[in-house]
Amino acid sequence: MSLTLFLILCLNGLQYGLLLFLIAAGLTLVFGVMGFINLAHGVQYMVGAYLIFAFTALTGNFWIALLLSLITALLIGLILEYVVFRRLYARSHLDQVLATFGIIIFLNELAKVLFGPATLSIDTPELLSGSIQLTEQLRYPVYRLATIGVGLVVAVGLFLTISYTRTGMLIRAGSTTPEMVSALGVNIKQLFQIVFGVGAMLAGFAGVIAAPIFAIEPGMGDNILIIAFVVIIIGGVGSIGGAFVAAILVGLIDTLGRSLMTEFLGLLFNASMANQIGPALASMLIYILMAAILVFRPKGLLPAKGVA
Amino acid sequence: MKPTFKTATGAAALSLLMGTTALADDLKIGMVVTLSGPPAALGQQIVDGFQLALDEKGGKLGGQTVELIVEDDELKPDVALLKATSLVDREEVDFVVGTVFSNMLQAIFKPIVESETFLISPNAGPSTFAGKNCNPYFFVTSYQNNQNAEVSGMVANEEGFENVFVMAPNYQAGRDNVEGFNQTFKGAVTDEVFTPLGHQDFSAELARMSTSGADAVFTFMPGGMGVRLVGQFDGAGLKDSMKFMSVFTTDETTLPGQKDAAVGFLAAGNWAPDMDNDANNAFVSAFEAKYGYIPGGYAMQAYDTANLIDSAVAATGGSVDDKDAVRAALKAADFSSVRGDFSFNNNHYPVQDFHALTVVKRDDGKFHTSFVRTVVEDYADSFAGECGM
Repeated sequence: MSLTLFLILCLNGLQYGLLLFLIAAGLTLVFGVMGFINLAHGVQYMVGAYLIFAFTALTGNFWIALLLSLITALLIGLILEYVVFRRLYARSHLDQVLATFGIIIFLNELAKVLFGPATLSIDTPELLSGSIQLTEQLRYPVYRLATIGVGLVVAVGLFLTISYTRTGMLIRAGSTTPEMVSALGVNIKQLFQIVFGVGAMLAGFAGVIAAPIFAIEPGMGDNILIIAFVVIIIGGVGSIGGAFVAAILVGLIDTLGRSLMTEFLGLLFNASMANQIGPALASMLIYILMAAILVFRPKGLLPAKGVA
Repeated sequence: MKPTFKTATGAAALSLLMGTTALADDLKIGMVVTLSGPPAALGQQIVDGFQLALDEKGGKLGGQTVELIVEDDELKPDVALLKATSLVDREEVDFVVGTVFSNMLQAIFKPIVESETFLISPNAGPSTFAGKNCNPYFFVTSYQNNQNAEVSGMVANEEGFENVFVMAPNYQAGRDNVEGFNQTFKGAVTDEVFTPLGHQDFSAELARMSTSGADAVFTFMPGGMGVRLVGQFDGAGLKDSMKFMSVFTTDETTLPGQKDAAVGFLAAGNWAPDMDNDANNAFVSAFEAKYGYIPGGYAMQAYDTANLIDSAVAATGGSVDDKDAVRAALKAADFSSVRGDFSFNNNHYPVQDFHALTVVKRDDGKFHTSFVRTVVEDYADSFAGECGM
């Protein structure tokens, strides 16, 4: 394993981590602030990917399509909140799981009806296509570097919003003592709606930037939702900082683990044995980490303040 | 399970409602394929291919009016089993056509063949039922799963590749394909990499690929995995430095997503849409006119399956009561396959030619696999010897 290869793996891990963060950020706020289990959050990621596909096909321009997709993702989030989720806040977690699971099935099928079951793809935007020559054999796509940059910008923006703005303060307060915030005359319903809409938009945004790298298909959000839940449990429910640290951690461990585990086991066992166990063990790593966190730090790495 | 009173009256009420009375000599065919989730496109091709053959014959096979019952196995073994037993027990179908995936076939195999109903697989061809567990009621019209990878190894030899990087998802079919490739490939395998099924980000694997010094990569990444891999392979700029060779990765179901990134990639298979024979030209143009997309191997094999049933039922004079006669007529494979020569081995798996294929862009901007040359003729699978039939 050369140093450049290791470096590339780290970049990939970072990029995957930031993508996870965009999804987990909304999930952790909705879960932490409203105590609401939204399984349909992963499907917003898929919606984002299909939106950019549809709008690129319509307008022929990635950047206009990006803007339209974000607005539509936000609107879809708000509509879902208004029509469905609003009725579920006071209900039990089981009801929430059932209803949001229904939305997953509905939207997955809708995507299939509208776009067909086949896997779709879009081209990377002209400006960001191409790759950078790192060493003689190694090249790294510009688009991936750009997604790292964008992910970091969004992360910083979110952190500043949550820490230093009035809305952010209310969100933090609402996550610990919603009754008190409400008693102080804050429109908690509207606050929830904002959190929900922004969360949906972030997940949609993750879908948009993932679309040119990964393929677009019905059900693409289902697996990533599970990883996003792993991230928010490791990071601490309701904590943006925790979600960030955990997302990067999960991204790096997953990416590095997949490449290094087989090589590492190759030192201990023979090659075919390592080839058998390595991939299986590598996919388990993040769940092992989550189990360890649940045992030793049940509130997560960076728990939100005041969470009992 | 015997039909209960409830289902019997229910069925009677339904047939009254629909105003059709099923004739005693009608042919009933049940189909179990995957029609939900990401791999739904594969199942849809099978339904379309079969339906096309049926429509061309005015809804009849072997002169008998066909009632086709399509069931979705949802890619869940328990669902597949439930649907299959209901087809056999309640509907009492004469033939079951299925499945797309080998693990679904394993789930439905036993109840169907034990009820002495003919099971014809239009795609899945696991080694499990090719050897000593071969069955008189089971036929495969596609291939034996290992064969495409074995032929890929031969293609690699012919292309003069010396070092090949091998990658597949970490499940049975993935490991079978790697084994099949290694069996015939004479050069060196630089790396064997197994990824999780449904893998999203291939960048780590691509980085390893580019530093491996291999002149080609061989992979098996069906469906969405293939679309992602090809796009990322292209994005990483690897297309210039190494050849891409695969099975079930760049086919007519994934090419609409891969587009230009896949042009020139090599594949191995038993057929390509542009293979030049009369039956095939007629099939491809009729299929495109009806469904608006280029058929893949899945549709082709389903089309052949319908024609196979047609020939068998015609040979027995329209009766399917004498199972031995039907079996002999199926085994004779007396139909013109769109892929050219086609016959059944003693284990009821096909003996057919395999070809080297490459991805091309057609003048109208659509993509398909294209015939390059025939690599091996009348190729039989390596398990037939263990079959006692």
